[in-house]
This record gives sequence, C-alpha cells and structure tokens, in this order.
Amino acid sequence: MTTVETYGTLADAARALGSDAVYLGGGTLVMREVNAGRAPARVLRVTDPGLAEIRASGDAASLGAGVTMADVLAARELDFLHPVARVIGGPQVRNMATVAGNLFAAHPYGDFAMALLALGARVHFAGGGSPRPVEEVLRDRERGGLVASVEVPRPRDPRAFGFLKVSRVKPKGVSILSIAALLPREGGRIRGARVAFGAMGPTPLRAAGAERALEGQTLDAATIARAADQAADGLDPPTDALATAWYRREVAGVHLSRLLQRMERG
Amino acid sequence: MARRPVNFTLNGSPRAAFAEEGQNLLEFLRRGVGDLTPKYGCGQGTCGACTVTVNGRTQLACLVLAETVEGAEIGTAAGLATSGTLDPLQEAFMDHFAAQCGYCTPGMLVSARALLDANPRPTREEVVEAISGNLCRCTGYEPIIAAILSVAEGRARA
Repeated sequence: MTTVETYGTLADAARALGSDAVYLGGGTLVMREVNAGRAPARVLRVTDPGLAEIRASGDAASLGAGVTMADVLAARELDFLHPVARVIGGPQVRNMATVAGNLFAAHPYGDFAMALLALGARVHFAGGGSPRPVEEVLRDRERGGLVASVEVPRPRDPRAFGFLKVSRVKPKGVSILSIAALLPREGGRIRGARVAFGAMGPTPLRAAGAERALEGQTLDAATIARAADQAADGLDPPTDALATAWYRREVAGVHLSRLLQRMERG
Repeated sequence: MARRPVNFTLNGSPRAAFAEEGQNLLEFLRRGVGDLTPKYGCGQGTCGACTVTVNGRTQLACLVLAETVEGAEIGTAAGLATSGTLDPLQEAFMDHFAAQCGYCTPGMLVSARALLDANPRPTREEVVEAISGNLCRCTGYEPIIAAILSVAEGRARA
C-alpha cells in the first residue's frame, strides 16, 4: 500500500528520498502506478509554489520542475517551446504534466524531454551542485535525485529550431516518432548541429549520423538527403503497438527530411 | 490506513470529507463525497471520462491525488445545471443527439464548458482540440462537435 509524504521544500523531500520512494509531480505518470497498485511504498510530494516558476532572460529560460505544459503555453517568452508543449497529451494532461516529469516519461512519451535534449538544456537538482546536461540525466534516469529546474538555452535565431511529432491519431496521439533539430548557422553554414529523436529508443536519443551529415554544411537538398540517409544511425527503435522497429527505422529519414525541408524554407 | 480530512469547494459549495491515503480524486468524489458525475473509465488518464476542473482548469480526476485538492475549487458536470435550468451545452447535447451511451458525456461537458468559458467563439478546429482528451466510442464525435459549435455561435435553443 502506498503512503504519501508531504514536504514544504524540495530539499526536505530530497533528504527523504530512497529506493522505496517516488516523487509525485503532476501525477500523469505516478498516479497511473498508484491506481494500478504498482507504485513504490512511499510517494513524496512538495508544496513549494516556487517549483512552478518560469524565469526568462535574454539567452536562456529557467523552468521550475513543476512548470506544466499549460504554463509553458501561457508564457510568451517561451514561444520557441510552444510547438512542443502543444502536442503533449490532451488539454487535461497539459494542465497537469510537468517539465521535470517528462524527463522521466517512459517510451513512447517524453517528446518534451526530446526537445530539451536537442536544445542542449541543463538540469539543476535539489541540493545545488553544477547542472547536468539533459542527455546525461536521460542516460541515468534511475539515479540522480530530485530535479529542481531545467535551464533551456534560447535559440538565437528562432528559425534554427524545428520540431515535428508523427502520430497516427490527431490531434491527440502518442508518437510513432518525434524529432527536434537545432541548426545554428554561421555565414550560412551549420555550426553545432543537434538532432534528437523521441520514441526511437528507450529514452530520447541524439541522431549522431544526421548531426555529422549536417555539421559544417549549408542546409540544401543534398545535405538534407545525406542527413535523412543517416537518420537512424545511433538510434535504437523499439517495436510496440504503434509501429515495429523496422518501420520506425524506415520512416525516420523521411520525416527528418520533411522537417529539414520545412526549416530550409524558414 | 491513514485518512486525511480534505476541505475544498465543490461546484461553489464548501465541502469537507476524508480521503483515504493514496486515493485519487475520482474515487474520492464518487465514494467519499457522493458526486457520481465523474466516471471511471480507464484509470490511466487516457479516456477523459473523469474530467473535472481544479481551480478552473480541466484535469483528470483519476490522476489527481485526492489530498492535494485541499483548498481547491472543484467543478464537475453536476454543477452545470443551476436551480433546475440546464446549461445551454446540456440542451445542445440533447438537441444534437450528442449522447448515446452517455458514459463520456459528463467529462465531455466539463471540457466543452471550460473551452467556451475561455474562448466563447471557438473554431471547429479549436473544439476538436478541446475535446481531444475525451474519448467517445458511440457518436463518432460529429454530433458532439455540432452541439458545442451551436452554443458557441449562440444558436442553441433556450
């Protein structure tokens, strides 16, 4: 049976965290487990309203762990994240699901975390210490403590960031796959390409092959074709009720090239 | 097992009841409080039959821990009709045959009311988006969309 512990601060909850405990954020992941009787023995929650704070500066935004998808959509300064937040769950889920929770969402969920990965976001944990890159946090989700906030670099040119979610059911459907690309350009050439895929592995993953194909190039038809060709390189797509691993691998490049063509048109 | 007192507002009236430890808001409302309008569909946040408002925003009652609504304002389909007069949405659902088995209807109505409160003149696309978290396995959605649009355009029978 589940017991619920309520703390005033994240630091207090972090001290109480153990292998028999889970943190309750917006509830969309943890309450499913509670309802099914599969939740860990202890559920920890924190009442500090500061966890829902959004702070935006010129080149970065800090999203508190408890910021919901609806909060993101209501924040004009987070416009670059709106296309991502808009396709997470349905309206009710967006009013509940949190930024930090999405980092721990199992396949096929986690499209927001995937976008954070492409944007090069960093995660601050309770108890301070230096922030950790999202990819490191995703690699080691079982360990790592309680997320306090996520720091997201704002793309200097909004057209440098693109996002695409592919689902069978619209407007609310889970991902066959999702893609985010950050392609900053210097003198027309791509510098620091970051491409991430969702639902193409146990966690959101970076597409190393596509990034190599894009780096240093101009975004033209030939470059897009090479990136699409390498799209599934470094990914580990699963087979589930929505699609087979084979299908996901086959269409990854098609959807990547559609996203890149859209970004090329600007 | 610990029981916790929860003070909250239900459809505008102050209420107090005990929540079981780990109990979700849906079970709490149905068993603890006696409001049977939110329905138990999937218990996983997929179907939207349990949709209620928490402080004015739609949420899935099955995924809300009951004790977290202390001090909150909860709205359910039971609060739509006031002193015997149905909400125009309820009238429109009847006029357009937007309810067949009826199981999704309370959640659908709560989502639709939240949409119209925030956006009184939604487009068809905005209506579809607003009810995208509510599954209906009878109607094929078209009568529901038509009903909501009829109220939005102020064409509902009074």
